[in-house]
Amino acid sequence: MRSDSKIASASRRRFLATGAAATAGLVVGFYAPKSDGFFATMLAVNRDSVFSPNAFLRVAPDNTVTVVSKHAEGGQGAYTGLATIIAEELDADWSQVRVEAAPADRDLYKNLQFGSQGTGGSNSIANSYEQYRRAGATARAMLVAAAADRWRVPSGEITVEKGLLRHAASRRQASFGKLAQAAASVPVPAQVTLKDPKNFKLIGAEHLPRLDSRTKTTGKAVFAIDVSVPDMAIALVARPPFFGATVKTFDASKTKAVPGVLDAVQISTGVAVVAKSFPAAQRGRDALRIEWDESKAEHRGTPELWAEYRRLLEQPGSVARRDGDCAQALARATRTVSATFEFPYLAHATMEPLSAVVRLSANQCDIWTGDWDVSGVQDDAARITDLTTQQVHIHTLYGGGSFGRRGSGASEVVEVAKAIGGRFPVKLFWTREDDVRGDAYRPMYLHKLDAGLDEQGNLIAWQHRIVGQSVLGGDPNWIINGIDITSVAGASNIPYYIPNILVDLHSPVLGVPIEKWRSVGNSHNAFAVETFLDDVAHAAGRDPYQFRRALLMKDPRDKPMQLVAPDRMKPGLFAKFPRDRRVLELVGEKSGWGTSLPPRKGRGLAVHYSFRTSVAQVAEVTVGSDGGVKVDRVVCAVDCGVAINPDVIRAQMEGGVAFGLSAILYGAITLKNGKVEQSNFDDYRVLRMNEMPRVEVHIVGSDEPPTGIGESVVPPIGPAVSNAIFAATGKRVRTLPLYPNIQAGEVQ
Amino acid sequence: MSISLRLNNRTVKLDVPPDVPLLWAIREAAGLTGTKYGCGIAQCGACTVLLEGEPIRSCVTPVNSVAGKLVTTIEGASGVTARAVQRAWEKLDVVQCGYCQSGQIMSAIALLEQKPRPTDLDIDDAMNGNICRCGTYVRIRAAIHEAARIKEGQTHAER
Repeated sequence: MRSDSKIASASRRRFLATGAAATAGLVVGFYAPKSDGFFATMLAVNRDSVFSPNAFLRVAPDNTVTVVSKHAEGGQGAYTGLATIIAEELDADWSQVRVEAAPADRDLYKNLQFGSQGTGGSNSIANSYEQYRRAGATARAMLVAAAADRWRVPSGEITVEKGLLRHAASRRQASFGKLAQAAASVPVPAQVTLKDPKNFKLIGAEHLPRLDSRTKTTGKAVFAIDVSVPDMAIALVARPPFFGATVKTFDASKTKAVPGVLDAVQISTGVAVVAKSFPAAQRGRDALRIEWDESKAEHRGTPELWAEYRRLLEQPGSVARRDGDCAQALARATRTVSATFEFPYLAHATMEPLSAVVRLSANQCDIWTGDWDVSGVQDDAARITDLTTQQVHIHTLYGGGSFGRRGSGASEVVEVAKAIGGRFPVKLFWTREDDVRGDAYRPMYLHKLDAGLDEQGNLIAWQHRIVGQSVLGGDPNWIINGIDITSVAGASNIPYYIPNILVDLHSPVLGVPIEKWRSVGNSHNAFAVETFLDDVAHAAGRDPYQFRRALLMKDPRDKPMQLVAPDRMKPGLFAKFPRDRRVLELVGEKSGWGTSLPPRKGRGLAVHYSFRTSVAQVAEVTVGSDGGVKVDRVVCAVDCGVAINPDVIRAQMEGGVAFGLSAILYGAITLKNGKVEQSNFDDYRVLRMNEMPRVEVHIVGSDEPPTGIGESVVPPIGPAVSNAIFAATGKRVRTLPLYPNIQAGEVQ
Repeated sequence: MSISLRLNNRTVKLDVPPDVPLLWAIREAAGLTGTKYGCGIAQCGACTVLLEGEPIRSCVTPVNSVAGKLVTTIEGASGVTARAVQRAWEKLDVVQCGYCQSGQIMSAIALLEQKPRPTDLDIDDAMNGNICRCGTYVRIRAAIHEAARIKEGQTHAER
């Protein structure tokens, strides 16, 4: 069967609807108006048209099952995962399953952890698991009831397998499609029974083909940057040379003389040039003359910002975790170890730069975007255009990578559409240079750690100070006692049982824009914690694996603890004991930890828990005589609860290794007198084919509800590689990225 | 002014300035969006197309330099090698976000046309110009080897 049409967009569906006869079918959805009323209010929505979107699945007379994904697909596998969950409970055949993006409707499609419609926090599967299982099970029950009614047999005698309903005794069978119309008029069951996970067939199947593979292998997948609507213009924005600068005046006379340029308009972020083509827009933008108001601009360079960070590092910060008395324990320690770590700004560098298309009329705003914050895009557009949110229609498309970048909204392009009075639809996108110079970055961080060992070499004190911008800014929902939980994620909740712990934080306010970046605070905290722990193990004369394992023998929560975090996050702050130790032991076994390696090769280990998932990795590296590092092999163990799609989990792990390696080997955005020094992939290097290690993934079997993957796979690779380099050479680089420092001999 | 070229085996006339990069002529004038913009300076390979069978970066290739020549994009990828590559890509579920994959696939087709049984080093050389931020490199490598096997099997079958 051809599967080119496995993914339909909501907009395309509407176009088709006008031409095709409305076909009856079964539509199932749940209406959960309050997040705390999760399934209390359950309202199935039956429509006599398959084109009605407010539901999680439709069964059409042509026997297709269309799953409506409330989460965006940016490569992480959400479409395939959500479809798997519904297909499992429905007992559908995988070949009949399609998926499409949900329209903007925050009542129906909200993220149950966010309360608004959006994708992020590695929770697409976790927050939808129960909801999508119930949607599938309800549809199955209604199909069974329809068959029982038609065949005049008890529903208990009907079996369902691979999209077929059967009554064995009377030898009758029917496809979903044949019963779709009848099922649509069956009363919605008040309760449904979910499967025992032991009976899962699709969930956990070693390789269920991705639903987006063919469309992305044939060039047919549509990203926002590919959208074309009639009479559409292309816009590029000239943004200020310094963060925080604004337009004082601009002269577009030369711009408007460029053939193909239609207009130049001021918006809040700069000056937009609107043209008939990208090359014309580019030439028009080059011809702009803009005078900037720099009175509020950030003019400091990276060295000046580090100086500010270092000043703060010497002072006590807001306390994120305090167990016991760290100062007293350090004072009585027979041996202490200290280290500081520097982490640079990082760009997201998604392969598809930000793009969106807007078509604005007096009473409607259509937005085509791959943005992950659907409610945010809708709210911003409504505010800018003075329309209601209902008048703002979002057409969610594939995102060409996200990594935290695609929550930026579509305000700029809506502003442009408004500024030109909606005369024509506008596609705005960012060039690579716009993206690298104008990203909202992973912040710079400075860490200082101090550890104390007693006479027996036991770790008795752990003091960790972190300095860095808060990505959650002043959001009172998340900032408690001055602690941005994301800044200390993976640091204030380290998995190890240590009697005395102090973690404190400074969150300087700087003019450089920042944003969440795949795994957020875990991206730097895991590196600091796991490499420093290696240093401590080394100081104690212990094997890094055995040292960690000993610290994971007791539940870290098994003692008085003062930990600052929003209440709703507290249940997931630590892994269910002893998940972390289990992944450590599994990776130790699978990697051959402790066996010998040739000279100049080393093996390094890291364990990290984030987004409610435990991951352990062992990296094997070869360090050349020139100091060049080649990562040869990475062995991974992961416990993420029920593995919905093991092959997607493996793919994420492989990708997370590449993403993490790009950052620790090369990633750095630096500023000189306020100007970003990098601009494209030539000076913001990322990993290429020849540098990719072999990756082996081992998934711990589990019946627990599924937890995060997309971000959890990133944090451990950096410290695992750093520890492997240390094992091979005895050298430790604590100023990231590793290049060029490791070759310049800047090691501690 | 218009430029004429053989795009996916069809002669097309594109109404574009002569120095416009081929990428934008393909995407905006011809309306074929499978070929992607990623960097504009031949650093990422997302814009890779075949010029008379050779992989080129269309983002830095002026459209007038390919006038009258055969340009193949992902939409026109056909033949034994292309089919083998696309089948291997699907079999191994290479894609994640998918944005770079048209370029990856065009580079892989060109490699396999040149070297039916590429080594890992051949793959490094041929594919190093194609960046994937999702990090699908492990599977791209495996899929190229798989495509070589598929193609070899088909060639034998056709005999």
